[in-house]
Amino acid sequence: MTLVLEQLLNGVQLGVMLFMLAAGLTLIFGIMGVINLAHGSLFMVGAYAAAVTAAQTGSFLLALVAGLAAAGVLGMVIEFVVLRRLYARDHLDQVLATFGLILFFNQSIILIFGRQPMFVNIPPAFQGAVELLPGVPYPIYRLVIIAVGILVALGLWVLITRTRIGMLVRAGATNREMVRALGVDIRLLYTVVFGLGALLAGLAGIMAGPLTSVQVGMGEQILILTFVVVVIGGIGSVRGAVFGALLVGVVDTMLRAFLPGFLRTMMAGSEADALGAGLSSMGVYLLMALVLLLRPKGLFPAHG
Amino acid sequence: MTTKTLIRSLAMAAALAAAPAMAQTPVKIGLVTTLSGPGGYIGADIRDGFQIAIDMEGGRLGGIPVQLLVEDDGFNPGKGKQVVEKFLKTERIKLVTGIVFSNIAGAAVPDVLDEGAIYVSPNAGPSNFAGKECHKNYFVVSWQNDSLHESAGKAVQDLGYKRAFILAPNYQAGRDALTGFKRFFKGEIAGEVYTRLDQTDYAAEMAQIRAANPDVVFQFHPGGLGITFLRQYQQAGLAGAIPMVVAAPSMDLTTMNSVGDSAVGVRLTSHWFHDFDNPTSKKFVEEFQKKFNRLPTFYASQSFDTALAIGAALKGTNGNVNNTDAFRTAMLKAEFQSVRGPFRFGPNQHPIQDWWAGEIVRGPDGKPMMKSGARVMSNHGDAYAADCKL
Repeated sequence: MTLVLEQLLNGVQLGVMLFMLAAGLTLIFGIMGVINLAHGSLFMVGAYAAAVTAAQTGSFLLALVAGLAAAGVLGMVIEFVVLRRLYARDHLDQVLATFGLILFFNQSIILIFGRQPMFVNIPPAFQGAVELLPGVPYPIYRLVIIAVGILVALGLWVLITRTRIGMLVRAGATNREMVRALGVDIRLLYTVVFGLGALLAGLAGIMAGPLTSVQVGMGEQILILTFVVVVIGGIGSVRGAVFGALLVGVVDTMLRAFLPGFLRTMMAGSEADALGAGLSSMGVYLLMALVLLLRPKGLFPAHG
Repeated sequence: MTTKTLIRSLAMAAALAAAPAMAQTPVKIGLVTTLSGPGGYIGADIRDGFQIAIDMEGGRLGGIPVQLLVEDDGFNPGKGKQVVEKFLKTERIKLVTGIVFSNIAGAAVPDVLDEGAIYVSPNAGPSNFAGKECHKNYFVVSWQNDSLHESAGKAVQDLGYKRAFILAPNYQAGRDALTGFKRFFKGEIAGEVYTRLDQTDYAAEMAQIRAANPDVVFQFHPGGLGITFLRQYQQAGLAGAIPMVVAAPSMDLTTMNSVGDSAVGVRLTSHWFHDFDNPTSKKFVEEFQKKFNRLPTFYASQSFDTALAIGAALKGTNGNVNNTDAFRTAMLKAEFQSVRGPFRFGPNQHPIQDWWAGEIVRGPDGKPMMKSGARVMSNHGDAYAADCKL
């Protein structure tokens, strides 16, 4: 039972990480109509900027600032230099351009930092573990990630439902042309939304750094899951991103943790292992297919 | 780096050619290895280990002048095949070595053998080339893949652990690792988990390990995967609680330095440690450190041994690599002093050697340090030799 609880927390923590990426991706996709494959690169750049700063200064706070700044600024530069020229084009052109950006950023990182992965230490304040229940120690840092994710979700909720810019974002997600027709400076809105998305991706990268290794290609690994989250949650919907991310995080972790053991009770060891490993890596995609079958626009569609 | 070595080899070749006393043209040796990607440091050590052997003899191996050509396979089997093709067809090389990864060896080695050339492996020893498909021109100086993990299984057995939790990535080498481990560990398997090869977060596995509460954890996660695994093992608070035993590739000196304190207390098995007290090994470590300003990993030692083995065969044939049968006879005698101590080839031309325990301890400077221990296995061959009919 305690194991289930611990795995549930692991699932939520993965979900929170996915949410920070998916929120930006879904807003960019929903409002600007752009498929941004380079979202994972912003995740990577945030992680690298934080890792380098942490290594140089030893301060996690400075690393946080540097990572956020690098990802946010880079996001706005990408929007201004590359994407602005592509809004009128079809999705294929955007996919090509942003895929090119992935290659560009990966090679740049290799040139600057080399291929060896970098490692970031967990900030001293968050090291160690707390006993949530007797006999179930849980790393403090992972709890911090969950807390940061909840704060980000609340912040986004306030931003989107309570502020003027949020109103424009909602309007943009529902009907882009109408917002433009009403005289809103849509170009500025686009840059802001893209910058915000990049900021969140960078934040996710910074948080992921101390858990995993900071390396080239780290963004692409998680980007695929992020797209699954966006599709499940409904394109353009931040609420969908919250629930989609939690669902994907928990389902993925639970399948990985319990499916092989469950199968082993029913069939021979080696077959159960092979099937379990296969099914658990397929699990979230099966989930996506199921959601698409029942609700083709995702769980919380943004467009009416 | 590649170009530098190439230029160095060329300069050396030029110097040799300029010396009028040497009438013999140098024997060309092609070294194709992985110099890029997360495993790039392994290829660099294999290249440098081989080069040291040549340098120590002043540009010769076994008294025969040699010319080393180094190429990167880019961690890509297709690229590896191309490089080998170039070595064989354009450079007319008869002696190839260097491959790190079994999947690249699987693609490139058959090309070498089909061409009637000789391949001497300084690292990868996949099971399919060790059994039925063994070949008279294929030699392995390092180990057969399984024996790495068999020695770890034996070590865990000898340490008296009863319940082991074992993990490896879900691919051929990972499954071989767990098979090899279980061949010699006779206790109970408390849990057997296959991770994903692209996995970066092992939180779910850590929770499973804690819940299973085994006596010991055995894991095979080479390179970057292992570094992440060990760090999270410590973050989950398991590092002090449940001992870990691994095989050499999951804990080389580079891994140890990357994970720092998380490595302390980890036990491992290997066929060579840099603190071995025999003259060849001491000389090798000293020369390597002097030239490259770092300690050699066991990969470098294997490559050094490979160069010595080739040197012995060159000496026996007076540098004639075209008569492969004579070369093979000379090679199989293994008339060289290995850095590991006793070394000989088994019937499938894979090593028969001793395996040793080791441990990561805190050194006098407070940093983690690798220390060799007792012998785990003597004259150990591999499980596939019986299927090889040569």
